[in-house]
Amino acid sequence: MTPARTLATTARVLTQIRHDPRTIALLLVVPSLLIGLVAWLFDTTPVFQQIGPAMLALFPFIIMFLVTSIATLRERRSGTLERLLSLPLSKLDFILGYALAFGLLAVAQATIAVAFAVGVCGLEIEGSVGLLVAVAVADAVLGTTLGLLASAFARTEFQVVQFMPAIVFPQVLLGGVLLPRDQMPDVLYAISDWLPLSHAVDALTAVATGDEDGGYVAGQLAIIGAFAVGAVALGAVTLRRRTG
Amino acid sequence: MVNKSPAVRIDGLRVRRGRNTVLDGFDLELESGGVVGLLGPSGSGKTTLMRAILGVQTVADGTVTVLGEPAGSAGLRHRVGYVTQTSSVYDDLTVRQNLRYFARVLGAPLGDVDRVLAETELVAQADALAGSLSGGQSSRASLAAALLGSPELLVLDEPTVGLDPVLRVELWALFRRLAERGVTLLVSSHVMDEATRCDRLLLLREGRLLADDSPEGLLASTGTHDAEAAFLALIRQGVTP
Repeated sequence: MTPARTLATTARVLTQIRHDPRTIALLLVVPSLLIGLVAWLFDTTPVFQQIGPAMLALFPFIIMFLVTSIATLRERRSGTLERLLSLPLSKLDFILGYALAFGLLAVAQATIAVAFAVGVCGLEIEGSVGLLVAVAVADAVLGTTLGLLASAFARTEFQVVQFMPAIVFPQVLLGGVLLPRDQMPDVLYAISDWLPLSHAVDALTAVATGDEDGGYVAGQLAIIGAFAVGAVALGAVTLRRRTG
Repeated sequence: MVNKSPAVRIDGLRVRRGRNTVLDGFDLELESGGVVGLLGPSGSGKTTLMRAILGVQTVADGTVTVLGEPAGSAGLRHRVGYVTQTSSVYDDLTVRQNLRYFARVLGAPLGDVDRVLAETELVAQADALAGSLSGGQSSRASLAAALLGSPELLVLDEPTVGLDPVLRVELWALFRRLAERGVTLLVSSHVMDEATRCDRLLLLREGRLLADDSPEGLLASTGTHDAEAAFLALIRQGVTP
Protein backbone atom coordinates (compact mmCIF):
# COMPACT_ATOMS: atom_id res chain seq x y z
CA MET A 1 0.00 0.00 0.00
CA THR A 2 1.31 3.47 -0.85
CA PRO A 3 -0.26 6.81 0.18
CA ALA A 4 0.41 8.24 -3.32
CA ARG A 5 -1.69 5.54 -5.01
CA THR A 6 -4.44 5.74 -2.38
CA LEU A 7 -4.66 9.52 -2.79
CA ALA A 8 -4.55 9.26 -6.59
CA THR A 9 -7.56 6.94 -6.36
CA THR A 10 -9.36 9.35 -4.02
CA ALA A 11 -8.69 12.26 -6.39
CA ARG A 12 -9.90 10.19 -9.34
CA VAL A 13 -13.18 9.23 -7.61
CA LEU A 14 -13.80 12.86 -6.59
CA THR A 15 -13.08 14.06 -10.15
CA GLN A 16 -15.61 11.54 -11.47
CA ILE A 17 -18.22 12.86 -9.06
CA ARG A 18 -17.35 16.46 -9.98
CA HIS A 19 -18.41 15.63 -13.53
CA ASP A 20 -21.84 14.70 -12.15
CA PRO A 21 -23.27 17.81 -10.43
CA ARG A 22 -26.71 16.28 -9.98
CA THR A 23 -25.27 13.49 -7.83
CA ILE A 24 -23.45 16.06 -5.69
CA ALA A 25 -26.66 18.05 -5.22
CA LEU A 26 -28.67 14.95 -4.28
CA LEU A 27 -25.93 13.72 -1.97
CA LEU A 28 -25.74 17.00 -0.09
CA VAL A 29 -29.38 18.04 -0.01
CA VAL A 30 -31.50 14.90 0.27
CA PRO A 31 -30.62 13.97 3.90
CA SER A 32 -31.46 17.49 5.06
CA LEU A 33 -34.77 17.46 3.19
CA LEU A 34 -35.72 14.12 4.77
CA ILE A 35 -34.81 15.38 8.24
CA GLY A 36 -36.92 18.48 7.55
CA LEU A 37 -39.81 16.23 6.52
CA VAL A 38 -39.58 14.23 9.76
CA ALA A 39 -39.46 17.46 11.81
CA TRP A 40 -42.54 18.76 10.02
CA LEU A 41 -44.39 15.42 10.38
CA PHE A 42 -43.97 15.48 14.17
CA ASP A 43 -44.40 19.26 14.39
CA THR A 44 -47.06 19.19 17.14
CA THR A 45 -45.41 16.43 19.20
CA PRO A 46 -42.10 16.12 21.08
CA VAL A 47 -41.12 13.10 18.94
CA PHE A 48 -38.61 14.94 16.73
CA GLN A 49 -36.53 15.83 19.78
CA GLN A 50 -36.30 12.09 20.53
CA ILE A 51 -35.69 10.64 17.07
CA GLY A 52 -34.10 13.67 15.37
CA PRO A 53 -30.56 12.69 16.41
CA ALA A 54 -31.15 9.17 15.07
CA MET A 55 -32.19 10.65 11.72
CA LEU A 56 -28.71 12.17 11.48
CA ALA A 57 -27.38 8.61 11.63
CA LEU A 58 -29.91 7.00 9.35
CA PHE A 59 -30.04 8.98 6.14
CA PRO A 60 -26.31 9.57 5.53
CA PHE A 61 -25.67 5.91 6.41
CA ILE A 62 -28.21 4.59 3.90
CA ILE A 63 -27.28 7.01 1.11
CA MET A 64 -23.54 6.40 1.43
CA PHE A 65 -24.08 2.65 1.50
CA LEU A 66 -26.03 2.76 -1.76
CA VAL A 67 -23.80 5.22 -3.59
CA THR A 68 -20.60 3.38 -2.71
CA SER A 69 -21.83 -0.11 -3.47
CA ILE A 70 -23.09 0.99 -6.88
CA ALA A 71 -19.90 2.96 -7.68
CA THR A 72 -17.67 -0.04 -7.02
CA LEU A 73 -20.00 -2.41 -8.85
CA ARG A 74 -19.76 -0.09 -11.86
CA GLU A 75 -16.00 -0.32 -11.63
CA ARG A 76 -16.25 -4.11 -11.71
CA ARG A 77 -18.62 -4.16 -14.67
CA SER A 78 -16.75 -1.62 -16.81
CA GLY A 79 -13.51 -3.60 -16.73
CA THR A 80 -11.60 -0.80 -15.01
CA LEU A 81 -11.27 -2.87 -11.84
CA GLU A 82 -9.63 -5.66 -13.81
CA ARG A 83 -7.25 -3.15 -15.34
CA LEU A 84 -6.41 -1.68 -11.94
CA LEU A 85 -5.77 -5.10 -10.43
CA SER A 86 -3.32 -5.88 -13.23
CA LEU A 87 -1.46 -2.65 -12.31
CA PRO A 88 0.71 -2.09 -9.22
CA LEU A 89 -2.28 -0.92 -7.15
CA SER A 90 -2.79 -2.76 -3.89
CA LYS A 91 -6.30 -3.83 -2.96
CA LEU A 92 -6.10 -1.66 0.14
CA ASP A 93 -5.12 1.35 -2.03
CA PHE A 94 -8.29 0.80 -4.01
CA ILE A 95 -10.63 0.41 -1.04
CA LEU A 96 -9.09 3.14 1.09
CA GLY A 97 -9.08 5.46 -1.92
CA TYR A 98 -12.83 4.99 -2.23
CA ALA A 99 -13.43 5.19 1.52
CA LEU A 100 -11.49 8.45 1.71
CA ALA A 101 -13.28 10.03 -1.26
CA PHE A 102 -16.74 9.17 0.00
CA GLY A 103 -15.63 9.95 3.55
CA LEU A 104 -14.85 13.52 2.44
CA LEU A 105 -18.26 13.77 0.83
CA ALA A 106 -19.73 12.40 4.05
CA VAL A 107 -18.11 15.24 6.00
CA ALA A 108 -19.85 17.79 3.79
CA GLN A 109 -23.13 15.88 3.85
CA ALA A 110 -23.18 15.37 7.63
CA THR A 111 -22.18 18.98 8.33
CA ILE A 112 -25.06 20.27 6.21
CA ALA A 113 -27.51 17.79 7.76
CA VAL A 114 -26.52 18.73 11.32
CA ALA A 115 -26.64 22.46 10.52
CA PHE A 116 -30.08 22.05 8.98
CA ALA A 117 -31.45 19.91 11.83
CA VAL A 118 -30.17 22.30 14.51
CA GLY A 119 -30.52 25.62 12.71
CA VAL A 120 -33.71 25.19 10.69
CA CYS A 121 -35.61 22.32 12.32
CA GLY A 122 -34.83 23.46 15.86
CA LEU A 123 -33.30 20.22 17.11
CA GLU A 124 -32.01 20.97 20.61
CA ILE A 125 -28.52 19.75 21.34
CA GLU A 126 -27.31 19.69 24.96
CA GLY A 127 -23.85 18.37 24.09
CA SER A 128 -21.28 19.62 21.62
CA VAL A 129 -22.46 20.19 18.04
CA GLY A 130 -18.94 19.37 16.83
CA LEU A 131 -19.17 15.96 18.45
CA LEU A 132 -22.55 15.46 16.79
CA VAL A 133 -20.97 16.13 13.38
CA ALA A 134 -18.11 13.75 14.22
CA VAL A 135 -20.49 10.89 15.00
CA ALA A 136 -22.61 11.60 11.92
CA VAL A 137 -19.46 11.56 9.74
CA ALA A 138 -18.22 8.32 11.31
CA ASP A 139 -21.61 6.83 10.59
CA ALA A 140 -21.56 7.91 6.93
CA VAL A 141 -18.05 6.49 6.57
CA LEU A 142 -19.38 3.25 8.06
CA GLY A 143 -22.08 3.23 5.37
CA THR A 144 -19.34 3.71 2.75
CA THR A 145 -17.21 0.83 4.01
CA LEU A 146 -20.17 -1.54 4.34
CA GLY A 147 -21.18 -0.57 0.80
CA LEU A 148 -17.69 -1.44 -0.43
CA LEU A 149 -17.90 -4.80 1.29
CA ALA A 150 -21.40 -5.56 0.02
CA SER A 151 -20.44 -4.79 -3.57
CA ALA A 152 -17.78 -7.53 -3.38
CA PHE A 153 -20.60 -10.07 -3.16
CA ALA A 154 -22.77 -8.57 -5.88
CA ARG A 155 -22.40 -9.50 -9.53
CA THR A 156 -25.29 -7.46 -10.91
CA GLU A 157 -27.07 -4.17 -10.24
CA PHE A 158 -30.14 -6.12 -9.10
CA GLN A 159 -28.11 -7.94 -6.45
CA VAL A 160 -26.41 -4.85 -5.12
CA VAL A 161 -29.75 -3.09 -4.63
CA GLN A 162 -31.05 -6.14 -2.72
CA PHE A 163 -28.23 -5.74 -0.23
CA MET A 164 -29.86 -2.53 0.94
CA PRO A 165 -32.88 -4.23 2.55
CA ALA A 166 -30.72 -7.21 3.57
CA ILE A 167 -27.96 -5.31 5.37
CA VAL A 168 -29.36 -1.87 6.10
CA PHE A 169 -33.02 -2.45 7.07
CA PRO A 170 -32.37 -4.83 10.01
CA GLN A 171 -30.01 -2.23 11.45
CA VAL A 172 -32.65 0.49 11.03
CA LEU A 173 -35.38 -1.69 12.61
CA LEU A 174 -33.24 -2.74 15.58
CA GLY A 175 -31.24 0.50 15.93
CA GLY A 176 -33.55 2.08 18.50
CA VAL A 177 -35.34 4.46 16.13
CA LEU A 178 -38.70 2.66 16.02
CA LEU A 179 -38.51 1.49 19.62
CA PRO A 180 -35.92 2.40 22.27
CA ARG A 181 -33.49 -0.50 22.46
CA ASP A 182 -34.02 -1.17 26.19
CA GLN A 183 -37.71 -1.90 25.54
CA MET A 184 -36.96 -4.63 22.96
CA PRO A 185 -37.23 -8.38 23.59
CA ASP A 186 -33.98 -9.60 25.17
CA VAL A 187 -32.83 -11.58 22.14
CA LEU A 188 -33.33 -8.63 19.78
CA TYR A 189 -31.60 -6.33 22.25
CA ALA A 190 -28.60 -8.66 22.28
CA ILE A 191 -28.55 -8.76 18.48
CA SER A 192 -28.87 -4.98 18.19
CA ASP A 193 -25.77 -4.66 20.36
CA TRP A 194 -23.81 -6.28 17.53
CA LEU A 195 -25.15 -3.96 14.84
CA PRO A 196 -23.00 -0.87 14.22
CA LEU A 197 -25.89 1.48 13.49
CA SER A 198 -27.25 0.95 17.04
CA HIS A 199 -24.06 2.43 18.44
CA ALA A 200 -24.26 5.39 16.08
CA VAL A 201 -27.84 6.11 17.16
CA ASP A 202 -26.87 5.71 20.84
CA ALA A 203 -23.96 8.11 20.43
CA LEU A 204 -26.00 10.76 18.60
CA THR A 205 -28.81 10.53 21.15
CA ALA A 206 -26.28 10.82 23.98
CA VAL A 207 -24.77 13.97 22.49
CA ALA A 208 -28.20 15.50 21.88
CA THR A 209 -29.55 14.83 25.37
CA GLY A 210 -26.23 15.43 27.13
CA ASP A 211 -27.01 12.39 29.32
CA GLU A 212 -23.63 10.73 28.93
CA ASP A 213 -20.09 12.09 29.14
CA GLY A 214 -17.57 12.45 26.32
CA GLY A 215 -15.93 9.15 27.24
CA TYR A 216 -19.13 7.25 26.46
CA VAL A 217 -19.45 8.93 23.05
CA ALA A 218 -15.77 8.26 22.31
CA GLY A 219 -16.36 4.58 23.16
CA GLN A 220 -19.30 4.38 20.75
CA LEU A 221 -17.22 6.17 18.09
CA ALA A 222 -14.50 3.55 18.58
CA ILE A 223 -17.02 0.75 18.04
CA ILE A 224 -18.25 2.38 14.80
CA GLY A 225 -14.62 2.84 13.72
CA ALA A 226 -13.84 -0.80 14.47
CA PHE A 227 -16.74 -1.94 12.27
CA ALA A 228 -15.56 0.38 9.47
CA VAL A 229 -11.98 -0.93 9.70
CA GLY A 230 -13.28 -4.51 9.76
CA ALA A 231 -15.37 -3.87 6.63
CA VAL A 232 -12.35 -2.37 4.82
CA ALA A 233 -10.12 -5.31 5.76
CA LEU A 234 -12.76 -7.86 4.78
CA GLY A 235 -13.41 -5.95 1.55
CA ALA A 236 -9.71 -6.10 0.67
CA VAL A 237 -9.64 -9.84 1.37
CA THR A 238 -12.69 -10.52 -0.79
CA LEU A 239 -11.35 -8.50 -3.73
CA ARG A 240 -9.82 -11.07 -6.07
CA ARG A 241 -7.14 -10.40 -8.65
CA ARG A 242 -7.90 -13.70 -10.31
CA THR A 243 -11.44 -14.42 -11.40
CA GLY A 244 -13.12 -17.21 -13.36
CA MET B 1 15.59 -4.67 -23.85
CA VAL B 2 16.41 -8.02 -25.50
CA ASN B 3 15.60 -10.60 -22.89
CA LYS B 4 17.23 -14.01 -22.69
CA SER B 5 14.23 -15.70 -21.11
CA PRO B 6 11.13 -16.14 -23.30
CA ALA B 7 8.44 -13.48 -22.99
CA VAL B 8 5.80 -16.11 -22.24
CA ARG B 9 6.12 -19.77 -21.37
CA ILE B 10 3.04 -21.90 -20.75
CA ASP B 11 3.17 -25.54 -19.63
CA GLY B 12 0.13 -27.80 -19.35
CA LEU B 13 -2.32 -24.96 -18.77
CA ARG B 14 -5.85 -26.03 -17.94
CA VAL B 15 -8.65 -23.51 -17.46
CA ARG B 16 -12.27 -24.26 -16.69
CA ARG B 17 -15.02 -21.68 -17.05
CA GLY B 18 -18.22 -22.95 -15.49
CA ARG B 19 -18.64 -26.51 -16.72
CA ASN B 20 -16.56 -26.03 -19.86
CA THR B 21 -12.87 -26.73 -20.04
CA VAL B 22 -11.65 -23.88 -22.23
CA LEU B 23 -7.97 -24.83 -22.31
CA ASP B 24 -6.70 -28.33 -21.54
CA GLY B 25 -3.01 -29.17 -21.42
CA PHE B 26 -2.07 -26.05 -23.36
CA ASP B 27 1.65 -25.41 -24.08
CA LEU B 28 3.15 -22.30 -25.68
CA GLU B 29 6.40 -20.42 -25.77
CA LEU B 30 6.81 -16.89 -27.12
CA GLU B 31 10.31 -15.46 -27.53
CA SER B 32 10.65 -11.78 -26.73
CA GLY B 33 10.16 -9.14 -29.39
CA GLY B 34 7.85 -9.05 -32.36
CA VAL B 35 4.15 -9.06 -33.02
CA VAL B 36 2.40 -12.35 -32.35
CA GLY B 37 -1.10 -12.68 -33.78
CA LEU B 38 -3.60 -14.81 -31.90
CA LEU B 39 -6.33 -15.67 -34.36
CA GLY B 40 -9.42 -17.75 -34.01
CA PRO B 41 -13.21 -17.58 -33.98
CA SER B 42 -14.95 -16.14 -30.95
CA GLY B 43 -15.24 -18.74 -28.20
CA SER B 44 -11.95 -20.38 -29.21
CA GLY B 45 -10.26 -19.40 -25.93
CA LYS B 46 -8.29 -16.33 -27.03
CA THR B 47 -9.43 -14.11 -24.18
CA THR B 48 -9.02 -16.87 -21.61
CA LEU B 49 -5.45 -17.49 -22.80
CA MET B 50 -4.67 -13.77 -22.59
CA ARG B 51 -6.19 -13.50 -19.12
CA ALA B 52 -4.06 -16.45 -18.01
CA ILE B 53 -0.93 -14.69 -19.29
CA LEU B 54 -1.97 -11.56 -17.40
CA GLY B 55 -2.55 -13.62 -14.28
CA VAL B 56 -6.14 -12.48 -13.81
CA GLN B 57 -7.66 -15.83 -14.80
CA THR B 58 -8.32 -18.56 -12.26
CA VAL B 59 -6.26 -21.51 -13.45
CA ALA B 60 -7.07 -25.16 -12.72
CA ASP B 61 -3.64 -26.56 -13.54
CA GLY B 62 -0.34 -25.81 -15.27
CA THR B 63 2.17 -22.97 -15.08
CA VAL B 64 2.36 -19.64 -16.87
CA THR B 65 5.69 -17.80 -16.75
CA VAL B 66 5.88 -14.24 -18.09
CA LEU B 67 9.23 -12.42 -18.52
CA GLY B 68 10.79 -14.97 -16.17
CA GLU B 69 8.26 -14.54 -13.36
CA PRO B 70 5.03 -16.40 -12.53
CA ALA B 71 2.09 -14.74 -14.31
CA GLY B 72 0.32 -12.19 -12.18
CA SER B 73 3.17 -11.69 -9.71
CA ALA B 74 3.57 -8.21 -8.28
CA GLY B 75 6.85 -7.55 -10.11
CA LEU B 76 5.12 -7.96 -13.47
CA ARG B 77 2.48 -5.30 -12.95
CA HIS B 78 4.88 -2.58 -14.18
CA ARG B 79 6.13 -4.66 -17.09
CA VAL B 80 2.97 -5.95 -18.77
CA GLY B 81 0.25 -3.85 -20.41
CA TYR B 82 -3.22 -5.21 -21.03
CA VAL B 83 -6.12 -4.01 -23.15
CA THR B 84 -9.40 -5.84 -22.66
CA GLN B 85 -12.10 -6.11 -25.30
CA THR B 86 -14.31 -3.60 -23.50
CA SER B 87 -12.55 -0.26 -23.36
CA SER B 88 -11.76 -0.18 -19.66
CA VAL B 89 -11.56 3.55 -19.01
CA TYR B 90 -13.74 5.76 -16.84
CA ASP B 91 -16.56 7.19 -18.96
CA ASP B 92 -17.06 10.13 -16.60
CA LEU B 93 -13.44 11.31 -16.80
CA THR B 94 -11.71 13.01 -19.72
CA VAL B 95 -9.14 11.01 -21.67
CA ARG B 96 -6.33 13.00 -20.05
CA GLN B 97 -7.76 12.54 -16.53
CA ASN B 98 -8.00 8.80 -17.17
CA LEU B 99 -4.40 8.60 -18.34
CA ARG B 100 -3.14 10.77 -15.48
CA TYR B 101 -4.75 8.46 -12.96
CA PHE B 102 -3.36 5.29 -14.53
CA ALA B 103 0.08 6.95 -14.82
CA ARG B 104 -0.01 7.78 -11.09
CA VAL B 105 -0.98 4.21 -10.23
CA LEU B 106 1.89 2.93 -12.36
CA GLY B 107 4.29 5.48 -10.96
CA ALA B 108 5.02 6.54 -14.55
CA PRO B 109 6.22 10.09 -15.21
CA LEU B 110 3.30 12.41 -16.04
CA GLY B 111 5.05 13.31 -19.33
CA ASP B 112 4.11 9.80 -20.40
CA VAL B 113 0.51 10.97 -20.76
CA ASP B 114 1.37 13.30 -23.66
CA ARG B 115 3.53 10.63 -25.29
CA VAL B 116 0.77 7.99 -25.35
CA LEU B 117 -1.83 10.57 -26.45
CA ALA B 118 0.37 11.33 -29.46
CA GLU B 119 1.07 7.66 -30.16
CA THR B 120 -2.61 6.79 -30.26
CA GLU B 121 -3.52 10.05 -32.07
CA LEU B 122 -5.86 11.21 -29.36
CA VAL B 123 -4.36 14.66 -28.75
CA ALA B 124 -7.47 16.38 -30.15
CA GLN B 125 -9.73 14.30 -27.89
CA ALA B 126 -7.57 14.65 -24.76
CA ASP B 127 -10.04 16.87 -22.93
CA ALA B 128 -13.21 15.11 -24.07
CA LEU B 129 -15.06 12.84 -21.67
CA ALA B 130 -14.20 9.20 -22.41
CA GLY B 131 -17.92 8.41 -22.46
CA SER B 132 -18.45 10.80 -25.37
CA LEU B 133 -15.83 9.18 -27.65
CA SER B 134 -16.65 7.03 -30.64
CA GLY B 135 -16.03 3.30 -30.38
CA GLY B 136 -12.70 3.50 -32.16
CA GLN B 137 -11.49 6.48 -30.12
CA SER B 138 -12.53 4.80 -26.92
CA SER B 139 -10.60 1.61 -27.69
CA ARG B 140 -7.56 3.76 -28.55
CA ALA B 141 -7.94 5.51 -25.18
CA SER B 142 -7.84 2.09 -23.56
CA LEU B 143 -4.74 1.23 -25.59
CA ALA B 144 -3.13 4.54 -24.59
CA ALA B 145 -3.55 3.59 -20.93
CA ALA B 146 -1.81 0.27 -21.59
CA LEU B 147 1.16 2.05 -23.22
CA LEU B 148 1.87 4.11 -20.08
CA GLY B 149 5.11 3.23 -18.35
CA SER B 150 6.48 1.52 -21.48
CA PRO B 151 5.66 -2.14 -20.69
CA GLU B 152 7.86 -4.91 -22.14
CA LEU B 153 4.90 -7.12 -23.01
CA LEU B 154 1.62 -5.82 -24.40
CA VAL B 155 -1.40 -8.11 -24.44
CA LEU B 156 -4.10 -6.65 -26.67
CA ASP B 157 -7.49 -8.34 -26.93
CA GLU B 158 -9.10 -7.44 -30.27
CA PRO B 159 -7.75 -3.87 -30.34
CA THR B 160 -8.90 -3.19 -33.89
CA VAL B 161 -12.56 -4.18 -33.56
CA GLY B 162 -14.88 -1.54 -34.94
CA LEU B 163 -12.09 0.61 -36.37
CA ASP B 164 -12.23 1.97 -39.88
CA PRO B 165 -9.59 0.66 -42.29
CA VAL B 166 -7.44 3.80 -42.07
CA LEU B 167 -7.24 3.62 -38.29
CA ARG B 168 -6.54 -0.09 -38.42
CA VAL B 169 -3.57 0.47 -40.66
CA GLU B 170 -2.32 3.24 -38.36
CA LEU B 171 -2.70 1.04 -35.31
CA TRP B 172 -0.78 -1.80 -36.92
CA ALA B 173 1.94 0.68 -37.82
CA LEU B 174 2.09 1.64 -34.14
CA PHE B 175 2.36 -2.04 -33.14
CA ARG B 176 5.22 -2.41 -35.59
CA ARG B 177 7.03 0.63 -34.13
CA LEU B 178 6.60 -0.77 -30.62
CA ALA B 179 7.96 -4.14 -31.75
CA GLU B 180 11.00 -2.38 -33.25
CA ARG B 181 11.60 -0.85 -29.81
CA GLY B 182 11.84 -4.40 -28.45
CA VAL B 183 8.32 -4.73 -27.05
CA THR B 184 6.61 -8.10 -27.39
CA LEU B 185 3.02 -7.78 -28.55
CA LEU B 186 0.38 -10.47 -28.37
CA VAL B 187 -2.56 -9.25 -30.43
CA SER B 188 -5.79 -11.20 -30.79
CA SER B 189 -8.17 -10.75 -33.68
CA HIS B 190 -10.87 -12.58 -35.50
CA VAL B 191 -10.16 -10.58 -38.65
CA MET B 192 -8.02 -12.98 -40.67
CA ASP B 193 -6.62 -10.39 -43.08
CA GLU B 194 -4.73 -8.82 -40.17
CA ALA B 195 -2.70 -12.02 -39.96
CA THR B 196 -0.17 -11.00 -42.58
CA ARG B 197 0.94 -8.06 -40.42
CA CYS B 198 2.23 -10.36 -37.67
CA ASP B 199 5.66 -11.96 -37.30
CA ARG B 200 4.16 -15.11 -35.96
CA LEU B 201 0.66 -16.54 -36.06
CA LEU B 202 -1.17 -18.68 -33.57
CA LEU B 203 -4.41 -20.18 -34.84
CA LEU B 204 -6.65 -21.20 -31.98
CA ARG B 205 -9.79 -23.28 -32.25
CA GLU B 206 -11.74 -24.84 -29.37
CA GLY B 207 -8.84 -24.28 -27.01
CA ARG B 208 -6.23 -25.98 -29.19
CA LEU B 209 -3.48 -24.57 -31.38
CA LEU B 210 -4.18 -25.48 -35.00
CA ALA B 211 -1.06 -23.73 -36.20
CA ASP B 212 1.97 -21.88 -34.86
CA ASP B 213 3.99 -20.50 -37.73
CA SER B 214 5.06 -17.38 -39.59
CA PRO B 215 2.41 -16.04 -42.01
CA GLU B 216 4.55 -17.13 -44.98
CA GLY B 217 5.14 -20.58 -43.49
CA LEU B 218 1.46 -21.04 -42.81
CA LEU B 219 0.42 -20.16 -46.37
CA ALA B 220 3.16 -22.37 -47.82
CA SER B 221 2.31 -25.39 -45.68
CA THR B 222 -1.40 -25.17 -46.47
CA GLY B 223 -0.95 -24.15 -50.10
CA THR B 224 -3.29 -21.19 -49.69
CA HIS B 225 -3.10 -17.48 -50.42
CA ASP B 226 -4.70 -15.92 -47.34
CA ALA B 227 -5.08 -16.68 -43.67
CA GLU B 228 -8.80 -17.34 -43.91
CA ALA B 229 -8.27 -20.09 -46.47
CA ALA B 230 -5.33 -21.46 -44.48
CA PHE B 231 -7.51 -21.63 -41.40
CA LEU B 232 -10.23 -23.52 -43.29
CA ALA B 233 -7.66 -25.89 -44.76
CA LEU B 234 -6.30 -26.65 -41.29
CA ILE B 235 -9.78 -27.31 -39.91
CA ARG B 236 -10.50 -29.71 -42.81
CA GLN B 237 -7.21 -31.49 -42.21
CA GLY B 238 -8.21 -31.87 -38.58
CA VAL B 239 -11.67 -33.21 -39.39
CA THR B 240 -10.58 -35.70 -42.06
CA PRO B 241 -7.17 -37.07 -41.09
